[in-house]
Amino acid sequence: MTALNRYPTWKNVLVVAVVLVGIAFALPNVFGEDPAIQISLQTTQPLDEAAVDRVEGVLQQAAIGHEAAYLEEGRVMVRLPSVEDQLRALDLLRDDLGDAYVAALTLAPRTPDFLRSIGLRPMSLGLDLRGGVHFLYEVDMEAAIDQYLERYESDFRAMLREERIRYVSVSKDRDAVVLVLRSAEDQDAAEAIIREADPQLQIATGGSAERAELRVTLSDDQIRQRQDFAIQQNTVTLRNRVNELGVAEPVVQRQGVDRIVVQLPGVQDPAQAERVLGATATLEFRLVDENNNPFEAERRGRAPLGSRLYKRRDGSPVLLKRDVIVTGDQLTDAASGFSEGQAAVFVDLDAKGARRMGETTRENLNKGMAVVFIEQKRETIERDGEAVDVTRVEEEVISVATIRGVFSSSFQITGLDPVEARDLALLLRAGSLAAPIYKVEERTIGPSLGQDNIDKGMRAVVIGFALVVVFMGFYYRVFGLVADLALLTNLVLIIALLSMLQASLTLPGIAGIVLTTGMAVDANVLIFERIREELRNGLTPQASIQGGYAKALSSIADANLTTLIVAIVLFTFGTGPIRGFAITLSLGILTSMFTAIVGTRGVINLIYGGRRVERLAI
Amino acid sequence: MQFLSKTTHIDFIGKRRVALAASGLLMIVALVGLVSHGLKFGIEFRGSVVVEAGFPEAPDLSEIRAGLSAAEFPEAVVQNFGSSRDVVIQLDVQEGQAGGAVRDRVLEILRMVSPDVTLRRVEFVGPQVGEELAEAGGLATLFSLVMILAYVAFRFQWKFGVGAVAALIHDVTLTLGFFAWVRLEFDLSVLAAVLAVIGYSLNDTIVVFDRIRENMLEVRKKGAEEIMNLSVNQMLGRTLTTSGTTLLVLLALYLLGGEAINGFAVALIVGVVVGTYSSIYIASPTVLALDITTTDLLPVQRESAEEIDGRP
Repeated sequence: MTALNRYPTWKNVLVVAVVLVGIAFALPNVFGEDPAIQISLQTTQPLDEAAVDRVEGVLQQAAIGHEAAYLEEGRVMVRLPSVEDQLRALDLLRDDLGDAYVAALTLAPRTPDFLRSIGLRPMSLGLDLRGGVHFLYEVDMEAAIDQYLERYESDFRAMLREERIRYVSVSKDRDAVVLVLRSAEDQDAAEAIIREADPQLQIATGGSAERAELRVTLSDDQIRQRQDFAIQQNTVTLRNRVNELGVAEPVVQRQGVDRIVVQLPGVQDPAQAERVLGATATLEFRLVDENNNPFEAERRGRAPLGSRLYKRRDGSPVLLKRDVIVTGDQLTDAASGFSEGQAAVFVDLDAKGARRMGETTRENLNKGMAVVFIEQKRETIERDGEAVDVTRVEEEVISVATIRGVFSSSFQITGLDPVEARDLALLLRAGSLAAPIYKVEERTIGPSLGQDNIDKGMRAVVIGFALVVVFMGFYYRVFGLVADLALLTNLVLIIALLSMLQASLTLPGIAGIVLTTGMAVDANVLIFERIREELRNGLTPQASIQGGYAKALSSIADANLTTLIVAIVLFTFGTGPIRGFAITLSLGILTSMFTAIVGTRGVINLIYGGRRVERLAI
Repeated sequence: MQFLSKTTHIDFIGKRRVALAASGLLMIVALVGLVSHGLKFGIEFRGSVVVEAGFPEAPDLSEIRAGLSAAEFPEAVVQNFGSSRDVVIQLDVQEGQAGGAVRDRVLEILRMVSPDVTLRRVEFVGPQVGEELAEAGGLATLFSLVMILAYVAFRFQWKFGVGAVAALIHDVTLTLGFFAWVRLEFDLSVLAAVLAVIGYSLNDTIVVFDRIRENMLEVRKKGAEEIMNLSVNQMLGRTLTTSGTTLLVLLALYLLGGEAINGFAVALIVGVVVGTYSSIYIASPTVLALDITTTDLLPVQRESAEEIDGRP
């Protein structure tokens, strides 16, 4: 039998190793942060050292001193001594680098090169601690389904025409597309081709012999698929748009069934971010209906068959053909600029769009073609005495031009003001939203409030920690000091884990750390009280240490496991701030079990273990 | 240094009827507060309006605050945003009040501070999000209770599970009741605190239960009431020390943590005090009332012994 209260070597080595690794991972956090600028390519291709030199050159010319400039994951990071320098440098760099680059304000850790080079990074701070914007968007699922049905509507028309089946009407009615046909034979034929085209659709027949109806609805599966697609597509689009905005370390994530959360750390102008993120602007190209008089149509309030009535920017009416030539989805690239003194958007079409555009322009030389600017707006209206949010589509003809030649895949659009042209180009590049989104929540924390939160939170943690440390030292003497050492190590380990996981620290997260500090103390109190009890029961010091640790173990394990259950429940049900709390609480429970049980035992063993002890300083 | 140099012999469990009466009374008071006053929900739970304004020169925030509270917005939160010249004001929308009217009124007040102020933005926080948050919070609390009941029933015995959950319901009700009566704002961080109270109070309860189990299996001759008294007394030193150090940290948080964690600290302070009391006077007496006997624990003990053997 080995001597009482001696750890085997492997256990000592384990404790030392965990502590050393913990210190290494926590180390990057002690250096603090500088205001910084992050520069990347619009195309997200990695930059090289030449870009660093260029950035340094710009700063040198303007006599702005910088702390460091280096490459990080293909992006140039420049650390600057002050926020004023940061803002000045940003303007200069944006002017110098131009549209192909994205320059964003951020904070960069002052981590020394040797730590950075081995991949050690400090923990990231949540929005409440560093400032920024948080948006929660809801995707309008009803509109997503509506759009889908509208596509079926025009598809069905085309299919019937192609098969030479005559029909009275094809129209969308709430959640269905209703086809009205002239005879039962036509009805059967139409049903057959729809079934062939998409076997998943649900078709109900009805009507009379002269007005045979087909009511086509989407199956539940199709609706679910469509909704999933809408939210995935929107997430991708929002991510693209955020990238276009030039925000460092953004978060774009699906949340729940129909929500998307967007977090933009350090963003100072939420209005601009919102304008770009929430915008649904897109383009459509249509031929002008030159056979009918638009004023006549406006007066009658009804467009002739095959046409739709639109308004120009100046309010005058214009009739356009119902069939769309090309939509915004078929654009592959867009850039804003000027053409003959007017703001213009230069666009590129994909192959299918280019072919369609080429054919249409060839067949319609010297006729008019219009560009329709479409925007979806969310507004609250009164319906049956209740306020209801609805999506309203605003369509506007921004330009009508006569086709002078055959269009190829690239051309330009005028008729917008410069800001609109810039935003539109950005939106077209980032892709359109598959369904309208609207904001259901926004949280904004200014950087000044963020800093204030950090300072106060840290001060409270430090002082609370100090009070406990002093108390433990007095109350449990040598054992108390060992527990203090464990508390300190626990804090280091939590910070190390947060840095390792790159989980962000929030204010409730700090609260969670404080709480685990309390629980870590409790574990040691349980052990030490038990040791005192064993001593009172007349056991030898060595046996008391042994018994105290052994007998307290089940209480500590049960107590910590139940709290861990609570933390996991919190993580599962909670969002944002609650999750932050749950994460630090869970991590803290795990690390404190290690430090308070295994860690303190190791040190106590070193002090008292394996020798004759008359009395314990407890 | 020791507060209790030897094990005390206080008859805690004998006083259980007095304690039960007191707790019952407090629960009624808390429930009356919750029903009549309700909780004063924070911005996250009820939806609100955010107004951002730009000033030509840095305005005095306290002047804006005074102006807003003199008008009908005493709870408006005023902060700098982005630069010292930009100000964000958060306020609630009363039912029936249109967003536009609130905006115009706020703008009027801001104009009194500086005539050249420009309104940058008006934002709404959707009330449906708030409702969902409250729902998720309630669900989280309920689900935690169920999971705890299951865990304690598995590790100890179902009677202990009921005792633990009774103590937790007691603690949560009293903490919420306190927030209702004192009219402190109940925001997300307070919700987190209430859930932390569940964890903390459970900690206390489990520690005592653990000792009861140990004593029941060792000291078979004594009755359940006597064993409980002995266990509570044995754990008293630990209970007081732990509660004391936790309160020390919480006081530091309350006094120095700033506005943002004030509610969190208060909720935990109340919860720790109530939780310490309930682990002594509610949890064990409930188990006693369910007629606990030593034989109740025997099969479970065998199971847990195997489990310990199985550990690496």
